[in-house]
Amino acid sequence: MKILVAVKRVIDYNVQIRVKEDNTGVVTDNVKMSTNPPDDNAIEEAVKIKEAGKATEVVAVSIGEEKAQETVRKALAVGADRGILVKTEGIIEPLAVSKLLQKIVDKEKPDLVFMGKQAIDDDCNQTGQMLSALLNWPQATFASKIEIKDGKLEVTREIDEGLETIEINVPAIVTCDLRLNEPRYASLPNIMKAKKKPIEQLNASDLGVDITPRIEQVKVEEPPKRKAGIKVSSVAELVQKLKNEAKVI
Amino acid sequence: MSVLLIAEHNNKELKPFTLNASTAASQIDNDVHAVIIGHNCDEAAKALSELPLIKKVIQVEAAHYENFVAENFAPVIVKLAENYSHIISSANTFGKNLMPRIAAALDTSQISDIIKVIAPDTFLRPIYAGNAFATVKSKDAKKCVTIRPTSFDPCESSGGSAPIEKADPGEEFAKTKFIKREEVKSDRPELGTARVVVSGGRGMQSGDNFKLITSLADKLNAAIGASRAAVDAGYISNDHQVGQTGKVVVPDLYIAVGISGAIQHLAGMKESKVIVAINKDGEAPIFSVADYGLEADLFEAVPQFLEELNKLNTIQK
Repeated sequence: MKILVAVKRVIDYNVQIRVKEDNTGVVTDNVKMSTNPPDDNAIEEAVKIKEAGKATEVVAVSIGEEKAQETVRKALAVGADRGILVKTEGIIEPLAVSKLLQKIVDKEKPDLVFMGKQAIDDDCNQTGQMLSALLNWPQATFASKIEIKDGKLEVTREIDEGLETIEINVPAIVTCDLRLNEPRYASLPNIMKAKKKPIEQLNASDLGVDITPRIEQVKVEEPPKRKAGIKVSSVAELVQKLKNEAKVI
Repeated sequence: MSVLLIAEHNNKELKPFTLNASTAASQIDNDVHAVIIGHNCDEAAKALSELPLIKKVIQVEAAHYENFVAENFAPVIVKLAENYSHIISSANTFGKNLMPRIAAALDTSQISDIIKVIAPDTFLRPIYAGNAFATVKSKDAKKCVTIRPTSFDPCESSGGSAPIEKADPGEEFAKTKFIKREEVKSDRPELGTARVVVSGGRGMQSGDNFKLITSLADKLNAAIGASRAAVDAGYISNDHQVGQTGKVVVPDLYIAVGISGAIQHLAGMKESKVIVAINKDGEAPIFSVADYGLEADLFEAVPQFLEELNKLNTIQK
């Protein structure tokens, strides 16, 4: 079985983002970038399945600017076998990403495609579902447990009401939740080894997909600031304020 | 053209967020139709027809719709979509799972999780877990939009009498099988929708000490949250995590206990209506977003908090 894992390069989750002064977006120059956190869970799961002898190859793919190569390289350092980078410029919407991934799937013919449930930059939560619609494959979103049984997958999904279990035929798309596993750190020897693993580079234009944005980003603003609160001197005062001033208890 | 709202229900009753989504849909266009897909869902369809904002209900019934599998639902909506300018659902796990499957089939770039309708083609949505707000304008002919339920008030639930039309079901998607759903049976409200959230951070010092948070949450009928630091330290499981990589919450009251206020935590709670911070470090960043800050040792303050609450005659539920 072959697993394709899609990884996205995003601003690190610990960075306080800043909105550009001209309101065209957020500042990304000289800002620490990392792999989108649930994509780390996706890679981890694929590597674990391979280590358990149930997959033969793990391929990491990223779509984005040249530097997204670092994100692919990190996936290689934690156990992916080879990488693919599809180079694009500027904003690329989930619909376009899923169309590019569809082309990669056509070429690579994986049995499973894993990715994070959502990217922490645009917070869209669309790509996995869109890709499964385009391929007409089953989808298991928000996965917190994956079991492989007789060529099928039993997936536990985190839903608002609790947990849901579904069984899906392979090939399939799985989007991963944070609870799925504990992503490992890359060891220094593995980081060195990853430098020798191949990364195939493609241009989005070579894949024959129209990736022109369909959504105009009119402006990006700071959210309204909270007005400064007060310090209370005792618990009694706090409770009194909550009861009589804020009226929330 | 009209707006098509996808109703969320459990075959017997409407899920509450359907009322919030109806409000959002009516802000796009007055002519809101709602589709309900399920199995033996007459009662829920009737409840839907009673929402005054809904002008028409389309009911689609089949056994394979009983468990809301997106692969079965999407083709039904795609078929109905030709008569509508907008397809709307809630941005909860139901809508998040379903809508992109519809949007891709319609070749539409979806707009997720809007918090405001600015114009029928222009919406406000949070990005970076609410650390920035983007105004976005769709250039697609047909728009697929999910709405953040807590940003829209629920509509009236009675007084309407929309006609209920039946539409033909589609085929079953045989490659996906529903097995089971385990709903969390807890007396406690759900973290994502609770009116009050009490969260603990690294300052709790141990998992055992989280019982202080539990006691406070019991008293206030609150959900229990935690910072990533508390989760990483193993004090509590990560389904309680509030923050950019956990859940984003917007309760009426958020009480942060022993939480310093890392950026990634603030991203998940700073839209709460009233924020209380209890921390012994007066310089902690959490105080910059707190309406009421108490600089105190939590191990003294939380028991006192419980005592003070016990003195009150009534506590809102």
